Amino acid sequence: MTSVVSAQGLGKRYGSRWALSDCTLDVPAGRVVGLVGPNAAGKTTLLNLAVGLLAPTTGTIEVLGGRPATGPEQLAKVGFVAQDTPTYESLSVEDHLRLGAHLNPGWDDALARDRIQRLGLDLAQRAGKLSGGQRAQLALTLGVAKRPQVLILDEPVASLDPLARREFLQDLMEAVAEHELSVVLSSHLVSDLERVCDHLIVLVASRVQLAGDIDTLLATHRRLTGARRDPGTLPADQHVIAASHTDRQTTVLVRTEAPIHDPAWSVGDLGMEDLVLAYMREDTRDRDNRPALEVLR
Amino acid sequence: MIWLTWRQFRAAGAMTAAALAALAVVLVVTGPGLADDYSTGIAACTAQGGDCSNFVDRFFRDHRNTGLAVTSVVLVLPALIGIFWGAPLIARELDAGTHRLVWNQSVTRTRWLAVKLGLVGLAAVAVVGLGSLGVEWWSDPIDKAAVAAQNVSRIEPPLFGARGIAPMGYAAFAFALGVTLGMLLRRTIPAMALTLAIFVGLQVAIAELVRPHLITPTRATVEITPSNVDEFIFLGGPDGPLQVGAQAAEQGAWVLSGHTVDASGRAVETITGQRSLSPTSGACAPPEEPPAQQAEGPGEDLAPCLAELKRLGYRQRVTYQPASHFWPLQWRETAIYTALAIALSGFCFWWLRRRVS
Repeated sequence: MTSVVSAQGLGKRYGSRWALSDCTLDVPAGRVVGLVGPNAAGKTTLLNLAVGLLAPTTGTIEVLGGRPATGPEQLAKVGFVAQDTPTYESLSVEDHLRLGAHLNPGWDDALARDRIQRLGLDLAQRAGKLSGGQRAQLALTLGVAKRPQVLILDEPVASLDPLARREFLQDLMEAVAEHELSVVLSSHLVSDLERVCDHLIVLVASRVQLAGDIDTLLATHRRLTGARRDPGTLPADQHVIAASHTDRQTTVLVRTEAPIHDPAWSVGDLGMEDLVLAYMREDTRDRDNRPALEVLR
Repeated sequence: MIWLTWRQFRAAGAMTAAALAALAVVLVVTGPGLADDYSTGIAACTAQGGDCSNFVDRFFRDHRNTGLAVTSVVLVLPALIGIFWGAPLIARELDAGTHRLVWNQSVTRTRWLAVKLGLVGLAAVAVVGLGSLGVEWWSDPIDKAAVAAQNVSRIEPPLFGARGIAPMGYAAFAFALGVTLGMLLRRTIPAMALTLAIFVGLQVAIAELVRPHLITPTRATVEITPSNVDEFIFLGGPDGPLQVGAQAAEQGAWVLSGHTVDASGRAVETITGQRSLSPTSGACAPPEEPPAQQAEGPGEDLAPCLAELKRLGYRQRVTYQPASHFWPLQWRETAIYTALAIALSGFCFWWLRRRVS
């Protein structure tokens, strides 16, 4: 299967600060990928590198096998909805559709107009007068009607209220199902991604901490609870992600391929949010003596 | 891309077109009358004996201010284009973040910039070209009167930049400057302000420092006569030093420098120690009775004094650009500005690919 995004040793530095460092990724096609991490973790940098708005300082990145933004063909394959969903304030919705039609050879005008109608947007309305949710929908329409193979969205719902969020994501999923898109979607909220994604990348402090299909990730992580003990005594194939202790009890979060047989533990499953938070916390606790996890497949 | 550029430029373009149309109406309505007045006046005074100096003086005095006002339109137009068309062209996109929208359509940034620069830049040059052509046509009688009455040079700073082809070069440059600064500063208002400052500074610098030397100026040593003397002052009363100056021999020349030289050819600031040039007695003393009228011209009652000056060997050495250098200077100056505009555009393409995101 071809990769949607593949990065090798990718890094981006601003002055002396690395916004993204040593990022190696391989995102398979046909997935809805959630890119999650705290604010300023490098999500926008990674996505901007993927669409060629930024050039890498180190390493390489390829999207659908091509260098980002190298020509009209590459641009046509990748749809992008940028952070804060920028639109031309003084241009009307109609103008935006015409813009899309003029600038994209693969433009699907029927699709665009159908979406706009379904969303109840007024074609004559200026984009500057639209609500945040409507503007996000307009930007998404431009991204989808271009008929790309992969759609990249940078925090598309960050500025929306919970209802608009839900509607936007639902609508996005319908478009994905209808047009067989691969999607890369970033958010700092796991709950946004939980409903729609089937592949997860956790980015913390400019590094990729975790990446993999969500089913696999959930299947290989367990919460173990038992009498207080040293987590260092666990078997070698159980990687401790997080551990917490009370006076009598120890809770550890482990990654393991094998089933847990130790009867001293009561074994629990993890939700996606717990999993992501564990990796975020793990990073802040002892990032220096623990290397970032390899990509999980 | 052409459609989008047109759509984004439409409002500004329409406003400029309306202003230009209004100017055209004013020029077309008043222009023929002005030209008619001038040619009728010249014909009348020629028929009466050929001395038209009174008529051109009056004509120039009457129309000087309107002429300046109309000419100033051409002088400020390139700066306005740099500020209002150039600076926002990219700065507004970067400011509002819409570059992230438009650069992710199926059009490369290079093409995006090429179309924007090409179309709007061409419009800028065309607008200023048309405007200056109209103004030049309209001002033709006033310009002629100015040269005849006041010996105004068309190569001197205010007029040169509003005539011929130079305004188009200014427009191309101002536009490219605005675009470049907008791209570097990424914010519209500071880019506008800096565009104005740099453009005006460069205009002054080129007019003052570069234009005089674009073509080697003509040097000539002329006698100071009543017809060309333009300065005659006794400094410090009786027996004080005398300061004189004279214009170039040619009409419409741009005098760059003038020095009085003595009989040995040495430049002198003032003339001192010549008893025969005393302001109280001899050739340079004021006439016993004031002349009946000034009609003879200001230099006429100085004639004996200037003759004495000539006898003593004093002459005026002038460096100037003759009126015939107008077009060669226009071409060269336009070429300089065009080259700067092209260089800035090239930089824009380079910067856009390397640095901007």
